[in-house]
Amino acid sequence: MLTLQNIYKNFEGRPVLSDINLNVPQGATHALIGSSGSGKTTLLRITLGLIPFDKGYVKINDQPLLSFTQVEWADRIGYVPQDGGLFPHITGFNNVSLIAKLRGWTRDKIEKRVQELRGLVDLDPAILGRFPFELSGGQQQRVAIMRAAMMDPQVMLLDEPMAALDPLIRRTLQRELKAIFQRLGKTVLLVTHDLGEAVYLADQITLLHEGKVVQSGSYRELLLHPKDPFVTQFINAQRTLPDAAQVA
Amino acid sequence: MKRVAARVLLMATLAASPAGVWAADTIVVGSKAFTEGYVLGEIAAQAMESASSVPVTRKLGMGSTGILFQALKSGAIDVYSDYTGTLAEAILKRPDLRSIEDIRGALLSMDLVMSDPLGFDDTYALAVKETFAEQHHLNAISDLAGIEGTIRAALSYEFMDRQDGYQGLVQAYRLHFAPEKVSRMEHSLTYQAIDDGAVDLIDLYSTDAKIEKSRLRVLQDDRHYFPVYQAVWVARKAFTEKHPHEWQALLNLQGSISEKAMIDMNAQADIGHVSFAKIAAQFLGSEAPRSQSLKSNILQRTREHLWLVGISLLFSVLVGIPLGLAAVRFHAAGQAILIASAVIQTVPSLALLCFLIPLFGVGMRPALAALCLYSLLPVVLNTFTGVRGVDPKHLENARAFGLTRRQILWRIVLPLASPTVLAGIKNATIVSIGTATLAALVGAGGYGAPIVSGLSLNDVPTILTGAIPAALMALVAYGVFELLGYVVIPAGLRKQTETQTGRPAGGAALSKE
Repeated sequence: MLTLQNIYKNFEGRPVLSDINLNVPQGATHALIGSSGSGKTTLLRITLGLIPFDKGYVKINDQPLLSFTQVEWADRIGYVPQDGGLFPHITGFNNVSLIAKLRGWTRDKIEKRVQELRGLVDLDPAILGRFPFELSGGQQQRVAIMRAAMMDPQVMLLDEPMAALDPLIRRTLQRELKAIFQRLGKTVLLVTHDLGEAVYLADQITLLHEGKVVQSGSYRELLLHPKDPFVTQFINAQRTLPDAAQVA
Repeated sequence: MKRVAARVLLMATLAASPAGVWAADTIVVGSKAFTEGYVLGEIAAQAMESASSVPVTRKLGMGSTGILFQALKSGAIDVYSDYTGTLAEAILKRPDLRSIEDIRGALLSMDLVMSDPLGFDDTYALAVKETFAEQHHLNAISDLAGIEGTIRAALSYEFMDRQDGYQGLVQAYRLHFAPEKVSRMEHSLTYQAIDDGAVDLIDLYSTDAKIEKSRLRVLQDDRHYFPVYQAVWVARKAFTEKHPHEWQALLNLQGSISEKAMIDMNAQADIGHVSFAKIAAQFLGSEAPRSQSLKSNILQRTREHLWLVGISLLFSVLVGIPLGLAAVRFHAAGQAILIASAVIQTVPSLALLCFLIPLFGVGMRPALAALCLYSLLPVVLNTFTGVRGVDPKHLENARAFGLTRRQILWRIVLPLASPTVLAGIKNATIVSIGTATLAALVGAGGYGAPIVSGLSLNDVPTILTGAIPAALMALVAYGVFELLGYVVIPAGLRKQTETQTGRPAGGAALSKE
C-alpha cells in the first residue's frame, strides 16, 4: 500500500504542491494525471525519495520514507522512467540485473529471477542480450519493467510509460501492460498526462492541477460528478478528434 | 662518539648538497646546442676521462645559455664552455664588464670559476653572399647604410633577443631594416635560407664552418660594436675543489685551441659529418671512445622516450581524471582548474623547461615535470566535457534505483564518458610523444637528442634518426588506443556510435575535441 499524506512542497517561496493526499491499496493501479506544470513530476520525485518535501508523509505499508536510506527505499519502490530510461552502455540483461549484482546476489539467483520476470513480461530470451539502441520502444519498456520489478518491490512507479511510442504500438502495449500488472500483483502508481491511458489501466484516478488534488476517484465519478469545472474541462480537452456528426 | 658525530655531519652535508653532486661520484659536462658547443663538450669530457677514473656524464646539446646557467647553478652540471661576451651580457647582465679579470671576479661571487681563454674568439658577425657583396660593394657593416631597407635578413633567436645583438647593432650603426623583411629562425637554418637565396643577410659566429662553403662574405665590424667572445670553461667552484685533478686537465687546454683549429673542427662536424667523439679524440691525440651502433643508439633513445611519455601519461591519468571530475563537481574550483591547465598549455615548452630547472635540476626530472603539466589539459578538459555530457536523467534514474554515489560514478558516469576521456588521453599521449623531443634540451635524452644535434649540424640524416622513430611511436600509440577503445569503451556505446557514424567511437570523439 502506497500512501501520500498532506504533502506540501515550496520551491523558492512558491508553493508547488499543497496538501496532497493519495492512497493506493495493495494490488491496485492508480493513475496520477495532470497537464504539464501541474506538479505531478515533483510529486513523482518526492515519492522516489529524490527531493525533500516540506511537510507530510510518504509511506509504503505504513512505513514512512524518512525512516529509510535512499538505497533501502529504492528496493521498496520499483521505478520505470519515461521511455524506459535504460542505461545505453550495457545490455538489457545487465540493465535488469545491475542492482541485484550490486546487492551481491548470486549468479543463479539472478538468472532465476530474470527468467521468471521474462515470462511475466513475455519477452524473447535473445532480446535481453541486446543493447538498448538495438531494441524497439515496446521492448525497451518491457526490459525497464523487468528492471523495476527485479528486487521484488512492494510498489511500482511508472512515469509516462507510453509517451514515446507510436499510437498503434501504444494500443497493443497498453493491453499487455494491464496483463503484466495483473500478473505481477503489485501496487502501481502511474503518472501520465493521457486520460485515455489512465482510464484503461487504472482503477482510480487522481487529477492534479496547479499543485492541488482537484478530484480523486473512478473515471465514472470524475465524468458524472465532477467536483470542479476544471475536471470537465480537462476531460473534454482530451477528446481532440471530431466525431462523425461533426465531420458530415 | 666522535665517529658517530662525524658520520652524522657527513650525512647532513650529503643531504644538504644539491642532487647530482653526491648521487654518485661522477662529473657532468654540459654543452650548448650548436656544433662548437658539442665539440668543446666532447673535448672536455675526453680530457677529464683520460686524466682520471671518475666517470664523466655528457649532457650535451642543452637548450640555451639560460638553461645551462640554471643547470650549473643548481649543480645539475659541473662544467661547460661559454664565451666571455655571453657571460657578461646574458648571465651577469653586466655588458660593461670586458676584461677577463672583471668577469672572473663577478662569477666568483656566484661560486662559479672561469678558466683563461681557450685560444680563439667566436664573435657575432653579419654576412652576405659574395655575389651580393660584389653587387652592392659591401665590405663592412656600415656599408649597409642606404640599402638596408631592401635587405631580407634571417637572424637567429638569440641574436635578436640579446642586448649586444640586433637591437644594439641597429643603434650603433643607425641602420633601419624593414621589420617585415627580418625573420627569426634557428641558427643552423639561416645558412639553408641564404644558400637557397631566400634571404640576403644572416648573422653567424665567426668560427662557423659553413662560411667558406656557402661562399659568404663576413662584413667587418668597423665600429667595433660586437664585444669579444673568447671561449672559456665555466665550472662550479665546488667541483673544482672536489676534483682539482680533473679541473687541471681542463685548464691544461687554456690557449691551446686556435681559431683555425676550431673552424677546422667545426667543418669536420658540419660538412664532413665526422662524429664529435672522433673530432675531440683527434684533437687530444688520443683514441676515440667506441661509438654506439645506430641500433643500440636508437634502442636507448626509445627506452628514454618511452619512459618520458609513459610516466607523464600515468600522471595525467591519475591526476587529470580526478581533477576533471572535481571540475564538474565544484563549479568555481572547476573553472580555476580548467583555466590553470589551459594557461600551462600556452607557456612555450622551452620557457617551461627553463622555469623547472631551478626546481628539478636538469635531466629527466624537469622534462618529466613539463610533460606531466602539458599532458594534463587534454585529460582534464575531456574528462570535464565527457562527464558533463552524460545525460542527467541517467544520474537521477540511478539514484532512484538505489545506486550509491560511488556506484553511479563507476558504473554509469565513467563508462558513459569513457569515449571522450579516452580520446583526451590519446591526445595527451600523441602530444607528449612530440613534446618529449624537446626534453633533450635539458639533457633528458630521448628521440630529441639526435634531432637537436642534427638541427645544429643541419644534418638531415641525424635528425631523421630521431624524427622517424618519434613518428612511428606516435603511429603505434594511435593504434594502441584504437585497440584500447575495445577494452575501455562499453560495447553498447561503441556499437551504437559505429552504427550511427560508421566510425569507431574513440576516433569520433577525438576529431570533435
